[in-house]
Parts: sequence; C-alpha cells; structure tokens
Amino acid sequence: MTLEGVLMIASALIAVGVYGALSQQVVVMAMMGLELMIAGVLLAVGGLWWFLSPDPSGQVLLLVVLAAMTVEMAAGFAVATLLHRRAGTDMTDMAAELHE
Amino acid sequence: MAEALVGSVGLVAVAIGLAWLSCAATALAGGATPVVAGLRPAREGVRLLRQRRRRTVAADLHLWRAGGWALVPSSVLMLALVPLGSRPALTSDVGVVWANALDVAVWAFVWLLGWGANSVVSLVGGYRFLALALGYELPLMFALVAPALAAQSLDLEDVARAQSDLWFVTWMPVAFLVYVIGVLGFSTRGPMSASVGREIGGGVLAELNSVDLLVVRWGRHALLGAGSALAVPLFLGGGAGPWLAPWAWVLLKAALLTVALAWTAARLPTARPHLLMQPLWTFLLPAVVVQDLLVGVILVGGR
Amino acid sequence: MEILTTVAFGICGLVAVGSGVLVFVFDSMARATYALALAFVATGAALLILQQSYLGAVVILMMVMEMAVMAVYMVMFMGMNPALMPMSMVHSHRAALGSAVAVFVVLAAGALLVPWPERRSAPSEEVTRDLGNAIMGSHMLVMLIIGVVMAATIVVGVVLSSARTRYDRLGDDLDGRSAERDDAGRGGAR
Repeated sequence: MTLEGVLMIASALIAVGVYGALSQQVVVMAMMGLELMIAGVLLAVGGLWWFLSPDPSGQVLLLVVLAAMTVEMAAGFAVATLLHRRAGTDMTDMAAELHE
Repeated sequence: MAEALVGSVGLVAVAIGLAWLSCAATALAGGATPVVAGLRPAREGVRLLRQRRRRTVAADLHLWRAGGWALVPSSVLMLALVPLGSRPALTSDVGVVWANALDVAVWAFVWLLGWGANSVVSLVGGYRFLALALGYELPLMFALVAPALAAQSLDLEDVARAQSDLWFVTWMPVAFLVYVIGVLGFSTRGPMSASVGREIGGGVLAELNSVDLLVVRWGRHALLGAGSALAVPLFLGGGAGPWLAPWAWVLLKAALLTVALAWTAARLPTARPHLLMQPLWTFLLPAVVVQDLLVGVILVGGR
Repeated sequence: MEILTTVAFGICGLVAVGSGVLVFVFDSMARATYALALAFVATGAALLILQQSYLGAVVILMMVMEMAVMAVYMVMFMGMNPALMPMSMVHSHRAALGSAVAVFVVLAAGALLVPWPERRSAPSEEVTRDLGNAIMGSHMLVMLIIGVVMAATIVVGVVLSSARTRYDRLGDDLDGRSAERDDAGRGGAR
C-alpha cells in the first residue's frame, strides 16, 4: 500500500464521478457523480495525510471535505425539489430556463 | 482464531437470548400466561420454518433479501461493541460512533425490505419507517453525545468505567429517555411501529413468510435487545455491581432493560408518523441539546 | 501484516470503483442508490485502513443515512420502476467518457510522476483525540465556519423546499385566525 496506489484508486473514483456528472440527464444522478468525485478527493486527502504528514491539521482538511460533501448534497436535493415543483421536470436539459 | 469463533457463537447466543426475552415480554404484555409467553418464540420459529418460501412478482430479490437478512447481523455487531466484562469483542476507540452507524444502517435495511417486495403495503411501511427515522435519529445522536461528553471519550469501555461512582442515568435522564425512544425507533416497536402496522397489512412484514419472516422478526427483537445492551455501558454503569462478575451484570442489566422496554412498547399504542414529527423535532431535540449543555456545564464546573 | 493491509485496501478500492461504475450502469433507481452507498462504505473502510478511525466511521454513518434519504428522492422524481426496464438517460455519452478517461490519465500520471517528499512526522497514538484538540484549539476557525455553514445549509434546504410552512397553516400571526382552513396534516404538538 503506497501513496501511488491510494492516489490511483482516488483518481479512478474521480474519473467515474466526472463521467457521471457530465453524462447523466437526471439531476439526482448528476449529483451522484459529484458525490463520487468528492469521495475520490476524500480518499486522496486521507492518503496524502497518512503518507506525507500524519499530524492533526491534515485531518481538519478531511473534515472540511466531508462538510463540503454534506452541504452539496443538502442544497442539491433542495434545488432538485424546487425544480421538480416549478418546472415539473427532473432533467438537467429542461432546466435551462435562466436564458429565457 | 478459535477464540474468535467462540466469541461469535457467544454473541449470536446472546442475540437469540435477548430476542427471546423481548418476544416473550411482548406476548406477556398481550395477555398470555408466562409459560405460553416463554414458549412463544419457539412455537413461532417452528411454525415459520415449516412454511414454504414465496416471493412476489418482479420483486428485487437481491435488495429484498439483503435488507431482511441484514437485521440480525446488525444486532450482533451492536452486541460485539458492548464491553462484556473486561473488553468488548470489537474494541474501537470510537465505539459510540460505530453504535450510531449500525443503527443508521437499519434505515437502509428496513427501506430495502419495503422497496424490494414490489408491493404497495411494503413500500408504505418502508416510507413510514424513514419518516419516523428522520424524527428520532437526530435526538438519538445528541443523546449519544451526552455520555461520551461526560466520560471524555468515544470508547465504550471508558464510558462504562467513568460511571464507577455514579451511573449516568441518574444525572442525564433526558438523554436516557431519548436513547430509549431511539431504541424503540430502530427496532420498530411501540409508538414507532407504524412501519409494521396492522392497518397496512403488516407493512414491511406483509409479503414475507417462512424463514425470511423469521429472520426479520428475530432481527426486530434482537435490535431491541442490542439497543438495551448498548444502554448498559452508556447509561447503566457497565459491569459495576456487588456480587456477580462484570459480564453477568452486563447481561443481567441488558436482559432487564430488554424485558422492560418490550413490555412497555407492547402496551403503548402505535403513533401515526406525522403526529410524532412535531414533538420530536420541536420538543425532544431542543431538550436533549439542553441536556448536553447541562452535562458540559457540570463537567466544566466540577473541574 | 503489511500484505494483509495492502490486500484489504486493494479490495476496498476495487469495491469502491466497481460500485461507482455500477451506479451508472444499473437500471433500477434503488440499485443505483445502494451501489453508491456501497462505494462510500468501501471508501470509509479505506479511510479506516489509513488509520482514520473516527473519520472512517463518520463517513460510513453519514453516507448510509444520505443514501437512504436519496433513495426517497430517486423514487419521488423518477417514479417507481422496480421492474428493471432498461433506460438510457444520458446525454453526450462519448464526450463524458472521453473526459473521464482524460481526467484519469492526467491524475494517475500526476500520482506516479510527481516526486513525493518523505514522510514528515510519525502519527500519534490517539489520532481521534488529536483531531478533537486541533479542531477545538488551533483550528477553531474551521469549526466556527463549518458550524455557520451547516446552519446556513439547513436554512437553505428548508427555504427552498418547503411548500407549506407554519405561516400557511396557521396564518401570519401564527395564531390560526387568518389561516387557510385546510390544515389537514396537523402536527402533534399544536
């Protein structure tokens, strides 16, 4: 288990997340892609913490990433609910109304 | 290796024992005589095992069976965290967080039970469970903060040891009450049993039968038992007590609390989920936060 | 022992990436949601192997709870589809795939080619206690900001998604006089 191994797995997670965030039409599925990306970042930060500098200030960064994940999910669900109620849709393609 | 095997068998035996007590106490509260109540788990078990297994049309079998069969392992894992005597089967310096994680996992399993059956009544039961869970879980998490705060550690052994002079239940009663409500919630008993309510044909239990129903019913009782067992190091002093060995005290306290909770839960009516939402969020949650504040003030002031 | 840790970490990594791919392959909403839950549990387990006992447990706890709630949203928005009807709801599939591969290549090249420095300090015995002391002591600003951000998120979530609030049910003065009459779903405390 080396730093390179951990970072490869984290890169794979981020890549899968990029595919999901870019390709999915449903808002909630796109959010799942974003969640996978943040999971990859979490793993990468954990690996960098352990292999390069295992002192407490690095762990605080992990907490910040976790908080970012929580906030993203909560706000994303609220926006998806609002979109569904106002526009009757849950697809990202139908949510382009800002330019009208 | 052999010790791990013996330990696992022992934990499963404790899970069976506590579930047995819970089932018998429920039957007792329903008016059965003690002998009939005591034999009820055996009779129900044999009756269910003789049935033929069935499934519904287009059920999502993987998710359905996974949800149902995972309830008992969750309760066994909860029991593994309890310090039976000297050390728990699964030592961890964040035992309180693991106990919390296991009861959150029950959310997933009960919803999967409701979803996987491809049946309206099951789905309604699963959704009712999630609605109730959203209500009891936050107060439960704050109630778990109180003993960890008082013991200044997230390790269940430290929490049990910190009660050597005074049990936590005496000076944090609100946290204990909220914890008990949480235990009733994640074992879907008493006021929180809307997800298996009779008016929706049994809810998540509706489409189950035979060994699948047996493990789910065992799981519900075992979760009550495991929650009671976790209350012992958290609030009831761990293995402290005069004559018996520590492990005997832990088991005795867990058994007594299981019987008390199961009996009380069987006597209380099922509450409709939307009627519980407002009291849980606007009354219980602030109460337990104030309790945490009091614990903190006592801790800082007494130093 | 080192081999065991490496194998365990490898399994966690494979499960995480595999479940992540399955999220977008499954047709059923519930399966996609719980595949994501499995990916997160594997990530939490990987963090546990990296000696982050508290954060690994918290990741597993939070993510299972989140996925249980997300399943409700999936079903609410997309309708019930327990019969596994194939649906391909993607746009610009090839561009997304290309971007994903490019991202992986760039990041993996970075991971392998960057000259990582030596380990700077040894981990302490009580990682959790150190984290607690850090976030309440030297990094108190982080705790304050996260606290405020969480409170703001709660407000955001409620404001954006509530259709009927107390003021609709009970009127502008919250005394029930100027309210609409159809407060059918009465809460239990009033």
